Amino acid sequence: MYVLSGVTKRYTRGKETVHALDGVDLTIAHGDRVVIQGPTGGGKSTLLQMLGGLDKPTQGSVELDGTDLAKLSEAKLTQVRSEKIGFVFQSFNLIPTLTAQENVETALVPLGVKTAERRERAAEALRSVGLGERLGHLPSEMSGGQQQRVAIARALVKQPKVLLADEPTGNLDESTRDEIMDVLEGLWKEHGLTFVMVTHDSSLAKKAPRLVTIRKGKITVKENAGA
Amino acid sequence: MFFTYLRRELRRRRKAALVVASGLALGIALVIVVSSVSSGMEKAQGKVLESLYGLGTDMTVTKAAEAPSESGSGSGENGGRGPRFQFDAQEGDSDEEQSSDRVMVQGFQTLSTDTVTKVGEQQGVANAVGGLSLQVIKVSGEFTPGQFQQNQQGGNGGGQGMPGGTGSGGGQSEGQVQGGGADFEVNNYSVYGTDVTEPELGPLTSSKITSGRTFKSSETNAKVVVADKSYAKEKELSVGDKVTIKGTKFEVIGIATPDSGDAAANLYIPLKQAQTLSDSKNKVTTIYVKASDSQQIDTVKSAIQKNISGTTVTTSADLADTVSGSLSTASGLASNVGKWLSIAVLVAAFLVAGLLTSSAVSRRVREFGTLKALGWKSGRVTRQVVGEAVVNGLVGGALGIAIGLVGAYVVTAISPTLEAELGVSGGGAGGQGGPGGGGPGGMGGGMRQQAAAETLKVALTAPVSLSTIAVAVGLAVAGGLIAGAFGGWRATRLRPADALRRVE
Ligand SMILES: Nc1ncnc2c1ncn2[C@@H]1O[C@H](COP(=O)(O)OP(=O)(O)OP(=O)(O)O)[C@@H](O)[C@H]1O
Ligand SMILES: [Mg+2]
Repeated sequence: MYVLSGVTKRYTRGKETVHALDGVDLTIAHGDRVVIQGPTGGGKSTLLQMLGGLDKPTQGSVELDGTDLAKLSEAKLTQVRSEKIGFVFQSFNLIPTLTAQENVETALVPLGVKTAERRERAAEALRSVGLGERLGHLPSEMSGGQQQRVAIARALVKQPKVLLADEPTGNLDESTRDEIMDVLEGLWKEHGLTFVMVTHDSSLAKKAPRLVTIRKGKITVKENAGA
Repeated sequence: MFFTYLRRELRRRRKAALVVASGLALGIALVIVVSSVSSGMEKAQGKVLESLYGLGTDMTVTKAAEAPSESGSGSGENGGRGPRFQFDAQEGDSDEEQSSDRVMVQGFQTLSTDTVTKVGEQQGVANAVGGLSLQVIKVSGEFTPGQFQQNQQGGNGGGQGMPGGTGSGGGQSEGQVQGGGADFEVNNYSVYGTDVTEPELGPLTSSKITSGRTFKSSETNAKVVVADKSYAKEKELSVGDKVTIKGTKFEVIGIATPDSGDAAANLYIPLKQAQTLSDSKNKVTTIYVKASDSQQIDTVKSAIQKNISGTTVTTSADLADTVSGSLSTASGLASNVGKWLSIAVLVAAFLVAGLLTSSAVSRRVREFGTLKALGWKSGRVTRQVVGEAVVNGLVGGALGIAIGLVGAYVVTAISPTLEAELGVSGGGAGGQGGPGGGGPGGMGGGMRQQAAAETLKVALTAPVSLSTIAVAVGLAVAGGLIAGAFGGWRATRLRPADALRRVE
């Protein structure tokens, strides 16, 4: 469970200062599904970085299960990421030279999982996203939807507490988008994860049980009981 | 994972890897060729020195040069430094040939045999052997007297013969000799008196006996001679023939062929015989010294110079400094231009490899950012980058060694000929011109110049030593590490948030 209080992120470029996040207070319970939307440059990705421990806020605290990520050393933060947080990116971010299976394995490398077990778990994760037949394929040999499935398998193979996705369907066509959303929602339900997703897509936003809108670094939260 | 990832990256990004590797290869190949050529140069110089001193000689001791005390006097049979020939002119039609030998000590500077013993007693000296270099000038021919005439027209040329004709009592006040003639031949050759009891040291060690035999250690005063092959050929000498030196007959017992270059002398005879021929009893011109430790040569040199006054010690290194000609030009070229060129190319190759690796990392910002976002430690990412760079370096090294070996092989196959000119042959008193004045003196000077400037031809090879290969491998690893350092440094500075960057 996340507790954010007074999270501010400023980027200074020369004399110019950008308030990417400006005093964000937000609580996300364990197992919640949250969609973040907002105009471009509003601070969506920045907020996701704070949640994922990819960067530290300028001010405020980001507590994950009682630990303030803002106060952790880089090494501890790396460990938290490797154990608890799964990422899915808009442009898939697969290692182009590695096969699907090897790409999934990279998530298990920092956990010190033995090679044989690592292979088996990666294959299993790929099967769970419907890519059991594609273990040895390179990213360049797969469609966008398939690549994103590999990325999802990579995010989930370590059984994280949190899944963070930054516009996971942004690069996909509509039918593939729905396919990927089905996969993500299925996995969310199955694993009982905390799932935070950034999207531009209003049709996806409408369905979200909890919608965070972020503009100029400030958030508004809307509960959607119907979804 | 490390090796899987490494292997995949190198295979997929073969072209980029090849660019880095070939830059390093060029630098490394150059280092190999330059260093093997310069060791070839050294070998060539070694051969030149060997042909002078023989194998195993670490240094020579000669008499220190003295300022010539009677310069310009040019007179006196024994006081003067030049040889002097006297022939009695013969009556008109007599065809009888006259001949005269002058045996000179080469360099005109001698040490006593006591010094040989003293040098041998110095600390660090394993062995010391004396030798006597002689120069023999044989003049033979016919001489007819000039006619003495009252002075009528001054300045009419005297004996038109060679300067050797002393014009028999010429130059009396008011007359001159006319029509005096001489028809003669000058024959000049070198004789080396060797210590037959010490065959391990001295100039003869750089020749092989190709016919007959060498001296027996009992032949300390025997009238036997070993002839140098080319001299023997010129004079049509073979084993069993007799050679006359200043009236003494010597039997040819062997023919010696030098291993490389020219021989140190035309004829070799036992030391005692040489001393007798040149009236220099218990004298030697050069002492050949072998040090017990080849690393201690300089120490031994200074010990000898300090403890035995009036001597000049010349080490191979000193002598190498006097070598001139295309060999020394080329070796200077190899050791200076070649060295700097290969350093420059290496530095450039290292830099290019580093920059390329660093820019490759920049192009893979998102990839590495993603790995960091997945929880890869900075060190693990850096290790991956450095690993790739080191492999590139090794590939470059292997390529460079291959190219370098081919280059060195080509040099050896072509084996260009280099000429070496040696400044001083005897070590000591070279260079001072003959005493001026009379003709004979000038002639002597000419002889000595001839003896002093010796030109040898040596073929250049480029031997590749194991240590050169080791250095090349070291350079390859170093190149890879330098490239890796550039890339690794860039990789450590990547933020995990870079995974979210959209632009490639
Ligand atoms: N590393 C950075 N350095 C400087 N400014 C930054 C940096 N990252 C983001 N910003 C700025 O912070 C603000 C918020 O950026 P952010 O990426 O969070 O927006 P976003 O909502 O994700 O936009 P988009 O929909 O285009 O992805 C923007 O004005 C952006 O220019
Ligand atoms: Mg964004």
